[in-house]
Amino acid sequence: MSSTPSAPLHLAVALDGAGWHPAAWREPVSRPRELFTAGYWAALVAEAERGLLDFVTFEDGLGLQSSHPFEPDERTDQVRGRLDAVLTAARIAPLTRHIGLVPTVVVTHTEPFHISKAIATLDYVSSGRAGLRVRVDARPNEAAHFGRRTVPAIDLDDLPAAREAVAGLFEEAADYVEVVRRLWDSWEDDAEIRDVATGRFIDRDKLHYIDFEGRHFSVKGPSITPRPPQGQPPVSALAHHTVPYRLVARQTDIGYVTPQDADEARAIVAEIRAEQEAAGRDGEPLHVFGDLVVFLDDDAATASARRDRLDELAGEPYSSDAPVFTGTPAQLADTLQELAEAGLTGFRLRPAAAGHDLPAVSRKLVPELQRRGAFRQAYEADTLRGLLGLTRPANRYAATV
Amino acid sequence: MSKPLKQIHLAAHFPGVNNTTVWSDPAAGSHIEFSSFAHFARTAERAKFDFLFLAEGLRLREQGGKIYDLDVVGRPDTFTVLAALAAVTDRLGLTGTINSTFNEPYEVARQFASLDHLSGGRSAWNVVTSWDAFTGENFRRGGFLPKEERYARAKEFLATAGELFDSWHGDEIVADQATGVFLRDAKAGAFVHQGPQFDIHGQFDVPRSPQGRPVIFQAGDSEEGREFAASGADAIFSRYASWDDGRAFYRDVKSRLAKYGRRDDQLLILPAATFVLGDTDAEAEELAHEVRRQQVSGATAIKHLEFVWNRDLSSYDPEGPLPDIDPDTGEDHIARGRAQVRMYRDPLATAREWRELAAANNWSIRDLVIHTGNRQTFVGSPATVAKTINEFVQGDVSDGFILVPHITPGGLDPFADKVVPLLQEQGVFRADYEGTTLRDHLGLDHPDEARERRVAS
Repeated sequence: MSSTPSAPLHLAVALDGAGWHPAAWREPVSRPRELFTAGYWAALVAEAERGLLDFVTFEDGLGLQSSHPFEPDERTDQVRGRLDAVLTAARIAPLTRHIGLVPTVVVTHTEPFHISKAIATLDYVSSGRAGLRVRVDARPNEAAHFGRRTVPAIDLDDLPAAREAVAGLFEEAADYVEVVRRLWDSWEDDAEIRDVATGRFIDRDKLHYIDFEGRHFSVKGPSITPRPPQGQPPVSALAHHTVPYRLVARQTDIGYVTPQDADEARAIVAEIRAEQEAAGRDGEPLHVFGDLVVFLDDDAATASARRDRLDELAGEPYSSDAPVFTGTPAQLADTLQELAEAGLTGFRLRPAAAGHDLPAVSRKLVPELQRRGAFRQAYEADTLRGLLGLTRPANRYAATV
Repeated sequence: MSKPLKQIHLAAHFPGVNNTTVWSDPAAGSHIEFSSFAHFARTAERAKFDFLFLAEGLRLREQGGKIYDLDVVGRPDTFTVLAALAAVTDRLGLTGTINSTFNEPYEVARQFASLDHLSGGRSAWNVVTSWDAFTGENFRRGGFLPKEERYARAKEFLATAGELFDSWHGDEIVADQATGVFLRDAKAGAFVHQGPQFDIHGQFDVPRSPQGRPVIFQAGDSEEGREFAASGADAIFSRYASWDDGRAFYRDVKSRLAKYGRRDDQLLILPAATFVLGDTDAEAEELAHEVRRQQVSGATAIKHLEFVWNRDLSSYDPEGPLPDIDPDTGEDHIARGRAQVRMYRDPLATAREWRELAAANNWSIRDLVIHTGNRQTFVGSPATVAKTINEFVQGDVSDGFILVPHITPGGLDPFADKVVPLLQEQGVFRADYEGTTLRDHLGLDHPDEARERRVAS
């Protein structure tokens, strides 16, 4: 264990159904029949807030969950069905006070104009705690839910073509985030003047057309919603390769990455920082969070046995894009601190079983990190940007003096 | 035997972005902050209202090529505010206006089904259409839709969303931890829709929500719009709140129901209505006049005249006489992004009529606009207003009203405190909620019951 004091870690939890293990819903502690109620999500987020976490993310997609990367799997033994993530986050916002709320949005099939005002509004209803996690969607079956476009089939046997298809989707995602961000800035903070003398509600010189024209769409603006309380709610994305690292470096405030060890973490962070510099953003704060699936128990054997039991229920050993941690809160704290020394600034933990591993994070891991001086003792800011150490940015359209 | 008394339905429209809303009043609060929405919703729920109503516009209004700055500008995202309001209310219905032109059925169905789950069955959808390329400039699609196709798209959009809502029946989720069966059916949510507007297929991913489908509102007034509503809407958000117009509209629309095999009580007519209360009728009349003056400033009067004249009239004095020149009857180019412009179908005749009125009464431009603009629907003491509302509903002007206060967010409070108790005393408005869903409040069948009834008959 490292004894060198380092910057406090940032911690988030990724919420998805009953947890990330496909058999998590069968744990006695899970409440699978309540997955489609507000109360279920409110309880999870309250638990995360109890642990002083920076934020929670809400997974989402535009089709049923599937164990196959590009096709439906027609399985009936896993959680299927989901509520819209932005609306779930909004439903929880008035019930919480400090924790950030970061819904996932599929950019491939949605309108940047709608999503920009939706996240701005989430920021209003949460008083500055909204974020956005963007993802692309390469599933042909989900494209068929919209019928507006076909997405190129990703054929893993034809890597160059697959890379090109993926690059196209991420290029569109970058444009999408650009539009969302410009729309957030399309109202200056003091645009609403309510000047009774002249009868003007706004100073229209402080509203701006964004006039975005890209390969995939054009958007005129301004937004119908004034600039959100945070100015720019934090944008985040999960990334496993160079192409998405570039999106993270160019357009986001937080990248979620999945290194298996400290060396890989160091290499990924170096690559993202280089891309950040190439994009002209060096010096701007950009968090790189490690994603880990966690099975947490008071002793390692119990955690391991629980994982085995869940694997047996699922009928196969659990595998993930992210490293899978099985052990005690103290061991996890060691792992996180080691990865932090490699350059990661925080972690997004994916509880294997939400009903068990989320409370283990908030009630066991967090106190362990606090004892080590590596995590906050109380919420120190009112906004998500504040918790992440990001200042409120100037408006790109405001005239500089 | 006399006709049984109808129960009145009441709803609250959050003040909007037109000049009905008086933002200059010292009591006027934010139109964006959540606290305003929460205050408004709690008042409506305290008064046992059926639902809260949000309007929507997807591009800021412009006049003379500039963003219109005299009225409230800006509003939050409809779905997101409604979801948050579900957290601060328990029973109040949550109605959102959502456009069928600049959205896709899969996404909207997903959002309404989610809202219905998250609110325990309180969601409603006011379906509106638009076609203008002006609004389209904010969207991927652009201004792609020919005007004559907007109802075709709206109808098919609604039908397609209905197929998605019905793609889950409600018994698919077993979630049996012992046997490991989560879904009864691997094909849950399967749908295929092939039509001129939408050609989509797959599996919908939100399980059946408490209401089955959100309550469907329709707001259009054309022949097509009325038929559309009669064929399948649950309620109409109409603009006919006066005695004669209201009764004519009510008769017309209700008479269309039989041919679709629907009963009179399966389509509610709910006009928008404004109100001004005073301790006495005379005081209310005075206040109402003062509110009209607040709503129509000199600058607003000129802008309003421009809707009819379709010209830049900024050089005219609002305290002076009406313009001598005639309206430009060419394509509308002065005002964009608002429905109001299309109300004047014969601008030359309107201009002539207004000039005569102004001359006869010695009215300035501002006087004219104040007098010809909509008078508040209900003006009077609480007793007078309660009595009038009840007479209107029993007289088949409507099944109730969607009230539009002119002050945000407190404008509904006096109505809740003073008028609602009188309606409750008369036994024509609920003293408490009897059910939990919006369908319960409105007396509408659950879609499954409606289906069973059709099958049985």
